[in-house]
Order: sequence, then C-alpha cells, then structure tokens
Amino acid sequence: MHDFIWIIPLMPLLGAIINGLFGHILKGKAGFIASVAVLISFLYTVRAFFIVMDGTIIHNELFTWIQAGDFTAGAAVLVDQLSIVMMLVVTGVGFLIHVYSNGYMHGDRTVGKFFSYLNLFLFSMLMLVMGDNLLLLYLGWEGVGVCSYLLIGYFYEKESASKAGLKAFLANRVGDFGFAIGIFIIFSTIGTITYAGIEGQVDKLMAAGVVTSAALLLFMGACGKSAQFPLYIWLPDAMEGPTPVSALIHAATMVTAGVYMVARLSFLFVRSDVAMMVIVIIGTFTALFAATMALVNNDIKRVLAYSTISQLGYMFIGVGVGAFAAGVFHLMTHAFFKALLFLGAGAVMHSLADETDIRKMGNLYGKIKITALTFIMAWLAISGIPPFSGFFSKDEILAHAFLYSPLVWVFGAIGAFLTAFYMSRLVFLTFFGESRVEPEVEKHIHENPPVMTIPLMVLAVLSVVGGLIGIPAGLAYLWGGENHFANFLSPVFANAASYSEPHHISHALEYGLMAASILIALGGIYLAYLMYIKKAMDPDAIANRFSGAYKVLSNKYYVDEGVEAGILNPIVRFSQWLWHFVDTRVIDGFVNSAGKIVWLLSLIARRVQTGYVQHYASVMVVGVILILAYYIFR
Amino acid sequence: MGTLSIPLHYFLILAAVLFGLGVIGVITRRNAIVIFMSIELMLNAVNLTFVAFSNYLNNVEGHIFVFMVMVVAAAEVAVGLAIIVAIFRLRETVHVDDIRLLKW
Amino acid sequence: MAIEEILFWFFAVAAVAGGLGVVLHPNPIKSALFLVMTFFALAGEYILLMGHFVAIVHIAVYAGAIMVLFLFVIMLLNVPEETRQGGVWGAMRYVALGLFVFLSFQLSYFGFQDFFGDKQQLVKETEIGTVESIGMSLFSEYVLPFEIASILLITAMVGAIYLSKSKLIIEESKKKKAVEKEDH
Repeated sequence: MHDFIWIIPLMPLLGAIINGLFGHILKGKAGFIASVAVLISFLYTVRAFFIVMDGTIIHNELFTWIQAGDFTAGAAVLVDQLSIVMMLVVTGVGFLIHVYSNGYMHGDRTVGKFFSYLNLFLFSMLMLVMGDNLLLLYLGWEGVGVCSYLLIGYFYEKESASKAGLKAFLANRVGDFGFAIGIFIIFSTIGTITYAGIEGQVDKLMAAGVVTSAALLLFMGACGKSAQFPLYIWLPDAMEGPTPVSALIHAATMVTAGVYMVARLSFLFVRSDVAMMVIVIIGTFTALFAATMALVNNDIKRVLAYSTISQLGYMFIGVGVGAFAAGVFHLMTHAFFKALLFLGAGAVMHSLADETDIRKMGNLYGKIKITALTFIMAWLAISGIPPFSGFFSKDEILAHAFLYSPLVWVFGAIGAFLTAFYMSRLVFLTFFGESRVEPEVEKHIHENPPVMTIPLMVLAVLSVVGGLIGIPAGLAYLWGGENHFANFLSPVFANAASYSEPHHISHALEYGLMAASILIALGGIYLAYLMYIKKAMDPDAIANRFSGAYKVLSNKYYVDEGVEAGILNPIVRFSQWLWHFVDTRVIDGFVNSAGKIVWLLSLIARRVQTGYVQHYASVMVVGVILILAYYIFR
Repeated sequence: MGTLSIPLHYFLILAAVLFGLGVIGVITRRNAIVIFMSIELMLNAVNLTFVAFSNYLNNVEGHIFVFMVMVVAAAEVAVGLAIIVAIFRLRETVHVDDIRLLKW
Repeated sequence: MAIEEILFWFFAVAAVAGGLGVVLHPNPIKSALFLVMTFFALAGEYILLMGHFVAIVHIAVYAGAIMVLFLFVIMLLNVPEETRQGGVWGAMRYVALGLFVFLSFQLSYFGFQDFFGDKQQLVKETEIGTVESIGMSLFSEYVLPFEIASILLITAMVGAIYLSKSKLIIEESKKKKAVEKEDH
C-alpha cells in the first residue's frame, strides 16, 4: 500500500547521485535538477499529507534490511501525523532553499558538489523522519551529520571552515555515542527497535529499571544534534558554511532532529520524570544562555546561530514539560521564520559583497526593500508579536511551562525578552539608522534576483500565517475554534498525553500569560529602539559600565577556551605521548626489530644467492644425488 | 640370433660417466657455448641408455624417444644459440659469470 | 675377446676421451671438435646395439647440423679462450669433481640392477632398430608426437629468427643503459 511513499526520499537521493557523478558536466543545470528532485518529493509529500489527514497511517516495508539472530531491522517507513509535519517542513522549506541556492551559489566552481550534498542531506533527513525504527533514525541521524560536516566545510580552502566542520563532527560524535548506547540498551532489554515494538513493551523497560538511563542517553544524542548545552559549541562555528546551508541544516531541519526524536519517543520519555526534568532544565538553561551570547555578537549569522540555539531550547522546554504538540509546533514555525532570517541574512550579505559584520551595515531598508521587508516579518515572528507565527508557538510552550513550574516560565520569559531585544538590535543596526557601510561597497548595493527573493516572500507569508493553524485552544475558544495542530498530532502522543493532562490551564491564566509575553516582547523591542534608533541610551556606555559582564558575553563565556584547555589539550597531549612514545618507540620498536632480525639473518642467508647460474646448477645436482641416494639406500 | 657378449651394464656405466662429464662441464665452464655443448653431452648419454634398453627389451619405443630427444636438442640449440648471440650483441660477452643478474 | 667387445672398448674410450676434451679444453673450437669425436664414437655404440637409424640420424643431425651451428656461432662471436682461473672457480672445480664421482657411481649402481628379473642379455641382431621398423612406428602409433615435433621445430626456427633479427630491442636496451649511466 502507498508504495509511492518511497519516491519521497529516493528523489533527493537520485538527485544527489546524478549531481555527484555528473555535476562537473551539468554545471549550472545541477541546481535545476536538485530543485526539481526536491519539488517532486514535496508534491508527493503533499499527497501523503492528504492520506494521513484522513486518518490513515502509512506503514510500508520495502525489504528486510538486516536480519541477524534476534535482530531485525526493516527498511520500512512509518508516516503518521508527526512524520508528515516534519516531511512537509523538510521538503517544503528544503525546496525553497534549493531555489534560493540557485541564485546564491551562482557562479560557484563546484556547484554540482554543493547540490549533491544538499540533496543527500534531504535524503538523510527524510529517512530520519520517515523510518519506522531506531536504526533507520540512526542512519538518517548520521547521514545528516555527515552532510552537515561536508557542507560546513564546503569552502574547504578556508582553514576556519574546515576546522568548523571538524568541530561540528566531533561535538556530534559525543552526542551520537550516547545515542547509540541508548539504542543498544533498548534493544538488549526488549529485543526490538521499531517504534511500535518499543511502545508496546515500554513497561518492560520500566521493570528493568533502564528507562531513565535509556532516555537520558538518547537525549544526549539530541543535545549534540540539536545544539543544546553543553554540546552547542559547534553551531556558531557552523556558520562558516554557505548561508543556504545554515538556513536549511543549521536552522530549519537538522538541528530539530533532536526535538523530533524526543517527540517520536514521547511514550518512552514520559515514563521517566528524571529525564523529562533534565530536558526541561537543559532546555531552559540553553534558551537563556544562548540568548545572552546573542546580545553582544556583531556577526549577523552568528547572532542568528545563537538565536537558533536559544529557540531550540524553547522546543526542548516544550517537549520536556510534556507539551509535545507545542514543541513540534514551535519547531515548524521556527523552521519558517529562522530559514527566512538566514536567507535574508544571506541576501544582505550577497548585496554587501559578503559583509557579515552588522557594525558595517545600516540604513539598508530603502536599498533592498524586499529583503528588508521579509526580514522584518521574520523578526516580528521570532519576537513573539501577534499574530505572527512565533507568538502562538512560543506562547503555548510558555503556558505549559508555567504549569510545570512558574520558575521555568520566568526564565523563558526573560529569554523571550532577550530574544526580542537582540533581534531588534540586529534589525535596527542592519536596516535602519545611519549607514555605516564601507563607501566602496555602498556603490554596489543591489536588490537580489527573483530566484532569491521569491523564496523569501513565500517564507515570509508562511512566517506570518503559519501560526494560525495552531492557535492555542484558549484563544480559539473565543470564537468556538480549537487548536487544529494539536488535535492533528494528538494520536501520535496518545500514550504520552497522561503526562500533561492533570495540569489543565484556566483561560484567565492563559490570557494573563499571553498579555505578559506580548508586553515582554514589546519591552524588548522598545529597549532596542531606545538604544539603537533614538540613541536615548548609549550601548557603548552600558558596555563600559558592565565591562566585566560584556567581556564574558562577547567571549561566549569562555566555553570554547575552557573546552580547549580542559578537554582538547589533554587529549592532544595524551595523543602526542601515544604517538611519540607508544607508537614510535614501543610499537615501531617491535615492528622494526622484527624487520631488523630478518634483515640480519638474510645478510647471512643471501650469500647463498651468488647470481652465478652454475652455483644454482650445482645445488640442483646435489639435490639429484640426494634423491638417487634415497632410492639406493631405501 | 646370438647374444651380444657385452652386458647391459657396460653401456649404462659408459652413459653414467658421460653424463657426469657433462655435469662437470655445465658447472665449471664459463663460456656459455661450451656449457651448451656439455648439455648436448648429457643428452647423448641419456640417448645411449635409451638405445641400450631398447635392444635389451626388444622394444622400438627407445628409438622413438631418441628421435624426440634429438628434435628437442635441435630446437634447443637453435633458440639457445640465438639467445647467446643476442646477449653477446648486448653485453659483448658470453661469459656466464659476467651475467649474474639472478641475485637479490 | 670377440670383435664386438674390442669395438665397444674402442668406442667407449674414444667417447670418454672426447667428453673429457669437451669439458677440459679451454679453447671452445677444440671443445667443439672433441664433441664431434664423442658423437662419432657414440654412433659406433649405437651400431653395436643394432640402432642403425638412430646412428645415421645421430651423425647427420648432431655432427652434421648442430655442431656446424656451434662452430658458426663460435666463429661469429670470435670467442676467446677461457683464461680466468682461481677464486670461486678454483673451488668449483673440486666441487664439480666430487659431484661427478657421486653421480657417476650412483648412476652406475643402477646399471647393475636386475631390472626385469630374468638376467636377459643384449642381442646381436635385431630388427627393431632398422629404418623400416622405426618408420612403421613413427607413422602409425606415434604419428601425433611426430607431427608435434615438427611444430616444435618450426616454433624454434621462428623464435631463433626473431631473436637474431630483433636489433631494435637490443638497441633500445642499450639506449636505456646509457641513460641509466647518465643518471648515476
């Protein structure tokens, strides 16, 4: 049934193979092929969406992938309400970003390679969200990791880019290590890795007492992939990749894989209060922590990167407090507006000859109007101004968080204030105020071609209206509606629903929280307005006054330095010891002395080999004599 | 048909001695052409045993074998001498101790 | 002593003397001539054994064709007498002598074996060595080996012609050697 579902992941794979093999011949057409492949996937995803909408869950096994002893893993897809949401985001946003990349990467030398990686990424991401078992999830999980590595280091001539790729890979490796062990624990306890199997036997995991450790280890993987504290360090550096990559992988899709995984295994996570608490704590801390670092950064892409980390923190708060639908909802709206922000940032850079420092921008509003307008839409969305999409999703998360613990709400609200502030700072410094663009660059400022601006406009529309499909039940109640999005997803979280059921939110409280968060968002924007437009407060003066805090923030809390001193350097030193002593002395010593002994022996033995044919002939005759002697004396 | 007054082993011992002489020649001489001659000597010693046994067993196959040995010897000499000529043109020597590439 | 015995000893001494001459004489031309002598002596032994066909072919092929080829090559190459002595070669002489003694005695030992159990004697007259009997066998029972032998001879001929004609290969390798020398 529904065999067409396999077309969805296989089209990008086909595109990746074609572009990978023939990219150097296709050149400019590579982007077209890649985009068409993704478009076909998207259209089939829409078809699948309507099937799922009718309540049919598509489950299709193509073949048994691995069969060894008790272990079975099928190449099977499970497309339910959660998967289809992810697939729509991945293929839809992915398609827009592919189109945008056609403009952005125009003239790149190895554009075929770029699109091949991009398509391969989409294939992996689709396998990640479509698989019906943890092994396929892991396949996609590692596949997107590899593509992320390849694309971060795409400009490999730049040392910082290849180092950033390596950093991303290593940080992810730490998380994936835990993730793999989590899968092993589940398999060794209940002997199956399909979602349905785990869901059915989750009591067995409880009885064995491993549910908390399994959940925490799986969450460790999510920390790596979704850039949560303390494994977030790779994401800011990942901005070395081309901007469409940042938009697709490091904002919209891949980094949300952790959220998807927790939501997918919600029935497992809700069984462990400890694990859920850890998720909430980490999510809250990351949301706040990353937001503070975004306050002082001057690189347009890095601000967005920290913002991404912070928003991912919100998603984890959502899934951690049991509001899985809210977390996934925020994932979706975030995919729209953050992809838009990144593509907008890329468009700005494209107009300004790859300038990324916001101190060298300003007053661009009139010059690149479409980019600026779409960027502003995304800014309002992320800041949480109704009725833009970010308001609904963030607000729902915060409302659930308030029920979980008011403290989480307070931190989340502070984070929201900071988000509104730093995003406003970014927008004001980039598009308004006086121009600080270098005069040489200023002459060449131009609006981008339609192939780039049309995706921006589509995403802007989605950012504005995307939230309307999930208007919180409390608000929708006013006109007799309901939260369509949460209802749509509810079958997936049926087994986890009991976790958040007891806390039922009263309407009065919900309106109060909404009003509070709107005020907070407006407050953040107003503060930024005072500082950067009206100049009523001088940001430099504040920075000087709190110079200690400013320094800590602008140095990103010295986490990178700490990791380097505490983890990297000891490892490097230990490795050097292994190299200089263990490897060159001990192991090479054994190997070399074995060789030397043979060499010494052959110094003697090789005297036999004189090179004179006649010596060899005499030895042969001796052999004949010995054989004859055997016959005589036998 | 009378019997020959010479016993079989006379011929065999003569063949053994000639074969041994051939071995000496192959081992000690350095001129490739003389080595070839020594090989011919060894082949002839074997031929002699073939003919002697053919008579002894009253069987024609020994003669046929000798015929084949001669064919092989002729072919071997033709090719072998051609090789020696080629080597001489290349290295201006037919001394086998100058041609000692069969060494490590 | 019967005439056959006298003839046997005459030819045997001549053959061994010729063999010694081949092995010991430093001049290749003289070696070749000694070899011719051995061949004639062996032909005599073949006749004693009633191998008429073999004896005649032996003279014609060995003494007539092969040895002429040897002499041609020796003259063509103008090979000098062997003068190098001593060193490893001095030792090899004694090694060779030892090997000769061992090998000859061992092979002779087999000569005294009672091969087929009935102390048969060699016969004075027999039909098996005649041209007729050998021809009958060669063209009936052994016709396939006979034809294969002709193919072998043709192959050898082609090979010999190619080897002596392929100046190119030799010149190329000479050039290569010159280049190698320059490299060093």
